[in-house]
Amino acid sequence: MKRNIPLIVAFVSGVIILIAGFIPRDPFPRIESTLIDWFMIISSFAILLGQASLLRMNVTRVAEKAPNWQYHLAGLVSFGLMLVFGLLWGMEKTPGMLGQGQGIVEKLGMKPFDYLFENAFIPLSSTMFSLLAFYIASAAYRAFIIRNFESNLLMITAVIVMLGRTSFAPMLTGWIPESLSWLRLPELTNFIMQYPNTAAQRAILISAALGIVGASLRIILGIERSYLGGGK
Amino acid sequence: MKKPDKTVIERRIVFLLLVLAVALPIILPLGLKTQSTPLTEQVYDLVNSLPAGAPVIISFDYDPSTITELQPMAEAVIEHAWRKGHKVIATAMWPQGPQVAEMAFNVVQARMEEKDPNARKLMYGVDYVNLGYKPGGMVTIQGMGRSMEAIFPTDITGLKYNKIPMLSPVRTLKDIRYVISLSAGDPGLRDWIMTANGKFNIPVAGGTTAVSAPGFLPYVNDQKQLHGLMGGLKAAAEYELLLGYEGTASLGMNPQSVAHVLILALILFGNIRAWKKRKADKLAQEAKHG
Repeated sequence: MKRNIPLIVAFVSGVIILIAGFIPRDPFPRIESTLIDWFMIISSFAILLGQASLLRMNVTRVAEKAPNWQYHLAGLVSFGLMLVFGLLWGMEKTPGMLGQGQGIVEKLGMKPFDYLFENAFIPLSSTMFSLLAFYIASAAYRAFIIRNFESNLLMITAVIVMLGRTSFAPMLTGWIPESLSWLRLPELTNFIMQYPNTAAQRAILISAALGIVGASLRIILGIERSYLGGGK
Repeated sequence: MKKPDKTVIERRIVFLLLVLAVALPIILPLGLKTQSTPLTEQVYDLVNSLPAGAPVIISFDYDPSTITELQPMAEAVIEHAWRKGHKVIATAMWPQGPQVAEMAFNVVQARMEEKDPNARKLMYGVDYVNLGYKPGGMVTIQGMGRSMEAIFPTDITGLKYNKIPMLSPVRTLKDIRYVISLSAGDPGLRDWIMTANGKFNIPVAGGTTAVSAPGFLPYVNDQKQLHGLMGGLKAAAEYELLLGYEGTASLGMNPQSVAHVLILALILFGNIRAWKKRKADKLAQEAKHG
């Protein structure tokens, strides 16, 4: 019963949405729109669930003094601070429980939530993302080695596209006469991106779409049950 | 003290070189100019083609981790839309979207006021509105096709949808003249293409990080599933160029270009080293076998 009810819900919802796609006549669009509303409500609850799970996981790690528990504590403190500031004074134009917090805004120049968002969250997030550049540089130096025809081809393409995406590209090949303009780096880059890349991407997209159709049918028909959890 | 091995030292040198390649052009800008490409021009033309008063959606489907690439794009597109007199509706499918939208609105407003202090001040609710974040991706967009008010009963200030003057002619997504999704992943641009364009026939354009742009190129086709695509900081710089100003993207292209050249130089150096090693191994093997 515990597994059959979710399977029946998935089957009925899936079939209704499928039929509504092909038969836009009552009652299907009406039921479809109700299901859409339900989906959005469930999605909102998923956010709450995520927060609860984050909180529980971090509290457990801190309580158990797991390795690097200090980071989990920092996470909890940050979570708590943002939550409290957001609830009390809101963010940007949104008022909080204590209104717009004019007094604090005069001191900080903005609301506490926005202050932390702009001066802590944004720089930290950008820094995390920027670290990728270091890994790419290091990996490019050690791993991007020509060994055979395929890697040679990949290397030539990468060099053209990377150079073509820089501001040096027009300078480097600007001297090439107009009759041979297709040899200029920006033009070559556009060609590679627009034709070989797009063709390959299209093949990937079509394959992925077919895969999604297959996976969706497996879920609707109850063949694929991993989303129910429980391992087996 | 244990001496670090050769690989660790090499990695440190690479990291140091990258820091210099990024930092020096920021401190001493090289004044490099970028060139616009057809993909960015298509987005520009879409915005340019619509008359004043057209209600448009700019969807902020990213968070601060990709702000370096996408925020200059957002600022350029907002400025263009405002210059044309479009009514900008900000939506977000990522939780931090509404905040980055507010930041972009504030920056562009300040810049436009600085450029022309006598111009009419842009008013919230009349010229632009921030409807905030909604989860659900594609399903939410489908819901917007039925009723915008049902999906966004209030804006981020708590103001009711029907009390916002600029939203009075906007009942459903079908009343929107174009959607520009600035997207760092899922949910994002793909959902707008498949639903807003595929189902409701609304012109959709997009901006993504450079790394995800190639995946969206198949949608830029004769069927106009996507009216142009801005990929990464370069496209943001191109948009700034088309608008006739040098913003953060144009300045950011200096360090990015130098970093790209450095990575290419590192690849070349790595290959020369590998080739030399292969040659030495071959000679050693030949000597061993007589």
